[in-house]
Amino acid sequence: MPTMNIIEAVRDALRTQMKADSRVVILGEDVGKFGGVFRATSGLFDEFGADRVIDTPLAEAGIIGTAIGMALYGLRPVPEIQFSDFIFPAFDQIVNELAKFRYRSGGQYPCPVVIRTPVGGGIRGGHYHSQSPEALFIHTPGLKVVAPSNPYDAKGLLLACMRQNDPVLFMEPKRIYRASKGEVPEGDYTIELGKASVVREGTQVTLLAWSGMVSIAEEAATKAEAAGISVEVIDLRTLSPFDIDTLIESVKKTGRCVVVHEAPRTCGFGAELIASIQERAMEYLEAPILRVTGFDTPFPYSLEHEYLPNADRVIGAIRQTLEW
Amino acid sequence: MVAISALGSRADEDDLRRVLDDDGKPLPGVKVPNIAEDMLRRIFDCMMLVRIMDDRMMRIQRQGRLGFYMKSIGEEASHFAVAALRSTDWVYPSYREQGAWFWRGYTIQNFIDQMFGNEDDPIKGRQMPVHHSANWLNLVSISSPVGTQIPQAVGSAYAAKIQGKDDVSMVYFGEGTSSTGEFHVGMNFAGVWKAPCVFLCRNNGWAISVSAAKQCAAKTFASKAIGYGMPGVRVDGNDLLAVWQVASEAIERARAGEGPTLIEALTYRVQGHSSSDDPSVYRDPKEPEIWEKKDPINRLRAYLRHRGLWSEGWETELSERYNQEITDALAASDKKHAPKIETMFDDVYEELPWNLREQRAYLMAQARSKNPHHHG
Repeated sequence: MPTMNIIEAVRDALRTQMKADSRVVILGEDVGKFGGVFRATSGLFDEFGADRVIDTPLAEAGIIGTAIGMALYGLRPVPEIQFSDFIFPAFDQIVNELAKFRYRSGGQYPCPVVIRTPVGGGIRGGHYHSQSPEALFIHTPGLKVVAPSNPYDAKGLLLACMRQNDPVLFMEPKRIYRASKGEVPEGDYTIELGKASVVREGTQVTLLAWSGMVSIAEEAATKAEAAGISVEVIDLRTLSPFDIDTLIESVKKTGRCVVVHEAPRTCGFGAELIASIQERAMEYLEAPILRVTGFDTPFPYSLEHEYLPNADRVIGAIRQTLEW
Repeated sequence: MVAISALGSRADEDDLRRVLDDDGKPLPGVKVPNIAEDMLRRIFDCMMLVRIMDDRMMRIQRQGRLGFYMKSIGEEASHFAVAALRSTDWVYPSYREQGAWFWRGYTIQNFIDQMFGNEDDPIKGRQMPVHHSANWLNLVSISSPVGTQIPQAVGSAYAAKIQGKDDVSMVYFGEGTSSTGEFHVGMNFAGVWKAPCVFLCRNNGWAISVSAAKQCAAKTFASKAIGYGMPGVRVDGNDLLAVWQVASEAIERARAGEGPTLIEALTYRVQGHSSSDDPSVYRDPKEPEIWEKKDPINRLRAYLRHRGLWSEGWETELSERYNQEITDALAASDKKHAPKIETMFDDVYEELPWNLREQRAYLMAQARSKNPHHHG
């Protein structure tokens, strides 16, 4: 089985589906001959041609707006937004249009668009190249939100996204685009949307994470184990709809839970997870569920590593919940 | 008053394409488009339906039976750019082109069911009145935030081109919408892609209470096309023959692979923006009177009469028939129920995720506790 990084796994998924389905087109800024600023679409222009790997004018509302029209007409567009920080000019097209087309047309117009976009900090990119805006989109009925943390999941989830009929925001963890490597099967496989993955089993505390924070959670779990604490790590993989059953099952077992996310704390997705868990498993909880998150500041440049959650902060929260 | 002189004089400018004068006679030296007699009569028929429907819906809105309505009186001719399309072409309307819907076969009952959001509403009661959707007619859902449909129409147009089909997309919007980012984005993408798209800007003089002069400093809206590398054409939007002519030329250009066209159809919003509007607050009541003399139905009627294609008896018959059909459709709608409560959760996604299943069960339990006989 070949070893790939996340970029290669994404590209492999795109190529696999473009071969399987002639309706799939890629569009975005620099996605053509150049292959995208992160090279995710590298080689696809030469392989599939300018009609299927489309360099667009520089306007996100146009990328998503035209992708919607393409999908309504019968194509399966996979637009790329170069950085998720640049997605906001397309916010209305995503939130009011794309996500609502099926509903507001009474089911007449499904709109299967899969938007790929890199998220997260740690690349010395500052405010405009580092944000994690998932909560804004999870809060949008009609949209699915998927956030893989590793190459195997990236390929299987992206293939699954391109084969279902709802719009998806597919968030890729850019800091570990190349650092995260793993075995990825050649050819075809999908990972069911809406299913979390228990990446490490444990008995005392459940850690919930996604995207770039899964590796931080695993690092913390390894360190905690060395200190004699058994930690279960769950990678949510799909954020909307999220896998409530796997979360509840784990928390019922451990009785303690810490949520880790990069995005700002207030109204972050962690808040929703905690609310949902306490509604269903209050009697199993031994301690309040804690959060380790980014701060309620804009994403800083010079101090980004002070901003980002790290393993030490996660261990601190694990200890706090054990000592409560 | 500036607005009167601006709109009044603009109608006489040289670059304005016209076929009929204000009395419905062909202007000297102008090529009259060759529209089949049956087609002309069908268009007049459909324009009558639009006007009668507007009148009836506004009346029931004022009686308190209907929550909201948007009339298009005086702008009907501009709707019928759609008549020059094939049925396989795609149309992205804004909210003031009732004619486009009826022309393609949207029924009076469809229209009224949507007004009331009842169980037979084609969009299942999901949007307020005047937000139709009809995929079986290649008519795309109306959106309230103006301009969002423009890049979408360009996407459909380009998708046809990619797939080697010769379908054209037509997108309607008002002159106020030309101020949006989406207008710029859509026009620019279409120009670069040579997308087979026809942009129809209904310049009716007013975006709610803001006059056209406050939307744009350029002399005309059509002139904006230059910057996007496409032709811009101004047409008398109250002259059905001229609208049909410029639309046909633009559609032919698009279908031949020569790219998009911007059409500015000069017309006038004779009444309020919607049932919630009061134009007496912001414009001179004499202004609409000038435009009533250019009424598109009067002009087409006069033209048809010159050609022996109109009779008073025919128009009376149309009027009586449509009024009766609307009365019948309203009566039928009165007997229809609201959509079933559980349908609120359908079509958010293709399949219901767990959270929506849970929320549906909660709401249904509430409904049952209020009404033990509810079996929905």
